[in-house]
Amino acid sequence: MEELNSLFQGFAVVLTPYNLFLMCVGIVLGVIIGVLPGLGGANGVAILLPLTFSMSPTSAIIMLSCIYWGALFGGAITSILFNIPGEPWSVATTFDGHPMAQRGRADEALTAAFTSSFVGALFAVILITFLAPIVAKFALKFGPAEFFAVFFLTFASFIGMGKGSPWKTVAAMTLGFALASVGLDKVTGTLRLTFGHEELLTGFDFLIAVIGLFGIGEILSSMESGLKFQGAAAKIRLNAVLTTWKTLPKYWFTSIRSCIIGCWMGITPGGATPASFMSYALAKKFSKNGANFGKGEVEGVIAPETAAHAAGTAALLPMLTLGIPGSPTAAVLLGGLLIWGLQPGPLLFVEQKEFVWGLIASMYLGNFVGLIIVLTCVPLFAAILRIPFSIIAPVILVICAVGAYTVHNSMFDVWLMLIFGFAGYVFNKLGYPLAPLVLAIVLGDKAEESFRQAMLGSQGDLSVFFSNWLVGGIMGLGLLMLFWPVIAWVLEKATGRTKSAEA
Amino acid sequence: MTFTKISSLAVCAAALAAFGAGSASAWEPTKPVEFVIPAGTGGGADQMARFIQGVITKHSLMKQPMVVVNKGGGAGAEGFLEVKNAKGDAHKIIITLSNLFTTPYGTGVPFSYKDMTPVAMLALDQFVLWVNKDAPYKTAKEYIDAVKAGTDKQFKMGGTGSKQEDQIITAALERVTSPKKFIYIPYKGGGEVATQLVGNHVNSTVNNPIEAVAQWRGGALRPLCLFDGKRSTYTGKVTETQAWSDIPTCKESGLPVEYQMLRGIFMPSGVKPDEVAFYVDLFKKVRATPDWKEFMEKGAFNDTFMSGEDYKKWVAAADKTHFDLMKEAGFIASGPPPAAPAAAPAAPAEKK
Repeated sequence: MEELNSLFQGFAVVLTPYNLFLMCVGIVLGVIIGVLPGLGGANGVAILLPLTFSMSPTSAIIMLSCIYWGALFGGAITSILFNIPGEPWSVATTFDGHPMAQRGRADEALTAAFTSSFVGALFAVILITFLAPIVAKFALKFGPAEFFAVFFLTFASFIGMGKGSPWKTVAAMTLGFALASVGLDKVTGTLRLTFGHEELLTGFDFLIAVIGLFGIGEILSSMESGLKFQGAAAKIRLNAVLTTWKTLPKYWFTSIRSCIIGCWMGITPGGATPASFMSYALAKKFSKNGANFGKGEVEGVIAPETAAHAAGTAALLPMLTLGIPGSPTAAVLLGGLLIWGLQPGPLLFVEQKEFVWGLIASMYLGNFVGLIIVLTCVPLFAAILRIPFSIIAPVILVICAVGAYTVHNSMFDVWLMLIFGFAGYVFNKLGYPLAPLVLAIVLGDKAEESFRQAMLGSQGDLSVFFSNWLVGGIMGLGLLMLFWPVIAWVLEKATGRTKSAEA
Repeated sequence: MTFTKISSLAVCAAALAAFGAGSASAWEPTKPVEFVIPAGTGGGADQMARFIQGVITKHSLMKQPMVVVNKGGGAGAEGFLEVKNAKGDAHKIIITLSNLFTTPYGTGVPFSYKDMTPVAMLALDQFVLWVNKDAPYKTAKEYIDAVKAGTDKQFKMGGTGSKQEDQIITAALERVTSPKKFIYIPYKGGGEVATQLVGNHVNSTVNNPIEAVAQWRGGALRPLCLFDGKRSTYTGKVTETQAWSDIPTCKESGLPVEYQMLRGIFMPSGVKPDEVAFYVDLFKKVRATPDWKEFMEKGAFNDTFMSGEDYKKWVAAADKTHFDLMKEAGFIASGPPPAAPAAAPAAPAEKK
């Protein structure tokens, strides 16, 4: 196998003490970046990029991509402990990860999150190793219609999964769409809903909404229920990693499904965020324990984390082979490649063999090293919850405020975050789900953009969404998801069987 | 004549500043310098700014660090407004793309080049008309003839953003293809546009060289013509058979459209002359590095440097051109009409 040969040469490049040292530094920095909301992998890589100019390109990309892996791992920590997703793709992890922490199972949730991140990444790297040229071509098939179909599928797979009234889900989602439409309309190039306020030019950044809705909202709720974290009393179990690992293999099917969703979304490049949401929604739909999702089900942590990491890793493939970044972080790395004199594109694999295979080898090693580092810290992270609320809550507030400020370096965003925090609290009280709102803010403008691009291209003809097997297939799947509750109901009536009641 | 004198004086002063290290009078940044990019990560302006930051760090051209921040919201209005509102702040610079001119006219957001202090033009970015390698058109003329012969809105042009440079070029092309029009489809970034062309989701693009060079070298795209008055000066082979200089100008191909995009540096208004001089000098040093030459060639940039009055005049003229082009294409935002820019003054008074 030519790939295996190249890969082992890659390992030879990576396995120097200096590179391994850079790898560890990168992972630790990445975890810190991932923990701080608002900083995010893309910013972290951008800030540290200049440090690497004195290094060889291979060492530099090893360190930067390890920061990226570290950030992917780190995003899960705050999501689980404090309900604050540091990255868009960690939002879905909060749905079950945080309830687990509240029940005193933070260590299990963290172990599951880290392990499944690793599994997802490994799956994606193997795919990159052996199928890069074929898979890269697949991404080219994606035009506006196909992109919209993917977003549609994500939204559709989410509808009907809310615990409360479906109308509340729709209301929350609609509000999200409305917020997502503020700012510049990319298709006509004019401003919408800014009412002449310069602060609104940039629209509502997803991160600010999420930090407020989840982080601040959570603190408000905790204050009401007695100024302490639920689950704080849990014992610190040093063997938590091992006991959790014993339970993980039975979720193999969820893992594989999430890996596939993640890789597919990373390559296309739908990105890690829709991948994590879609994977969560599907796991909920098809799991035996689906009804318990949202109350602290391990499977609800495994699904989004596996998919997010698989997508995050797979996103590097279109960057290397086509020069299109599958994620904002990949975009910054792309800039780095150019500075080091490497031109991403179809010829990179031919002309810069050592670099490419060094990078791929570092993906294997970096994720492995990262897993070891974060797993050893699980009891430590879980212990954070034992710090008295009166100390940790102000710290979280400050971190949230700094995070919100970092997004655009603007004080306005900090106020906005507080408003979102209050809204999040009220939403919780009234039983409106936050997830559809966030999903709509994150993906609403992208979905709108690709829909309108497709409409421009077809001159308003809706049949473009069924014009070939690819887009038609995805749309069909989306419609099936959307009407699944109805279909299931009809099927049940038709067969006349009384199946076990499933929500 | 006066200007040549002034600019040569400026050059002398800069050279003196470069040599006379430690001269007490020269201004230097006293805290980190913020380098604003009025665009998102990964695009052409972002690549250049981060490259400049890298060169400055690598060659230790400045004692204080340079921090790059992306403020691309509202088609770049976010970044420009920040610089506009930072009057007198000498620790803030901004790199421009054409949205310096197009965004205020297209969206009505109140800012213009007049709200900032011009520092230097670093280069002009070129535009090339690209088609997929499987398309039957070998020359720009063949393609344009096909558009003319086709039905209206048969051909799709992909581009970055709406009412910005790519759509302005498309509108200029439509003057030639009239009455047949293109369907213009706006995408987020240049890389995405090039990929859409490779995937045959659009018929042509006007990508910058650096955005599409990888696909050209990989044999997926074909350049038809360059939107410049003369051919590129880079003769090094890019693909096996062709160099940038082998791409004919659009004018040669019977398509009288020219457009180039400013890659220049501005500062907030109200800064002192010695502060501006520091940055002019800094960018001269950046341009003197071998890294810069390599970067210019890779992206087939038109490597032109301007500062002082020359640069001011160029910017004023470019603003006028954009206003005229956008007005003709109907891209000017409704609402309070922006004041039409005055033509570049024939003999601007000397600024003190």
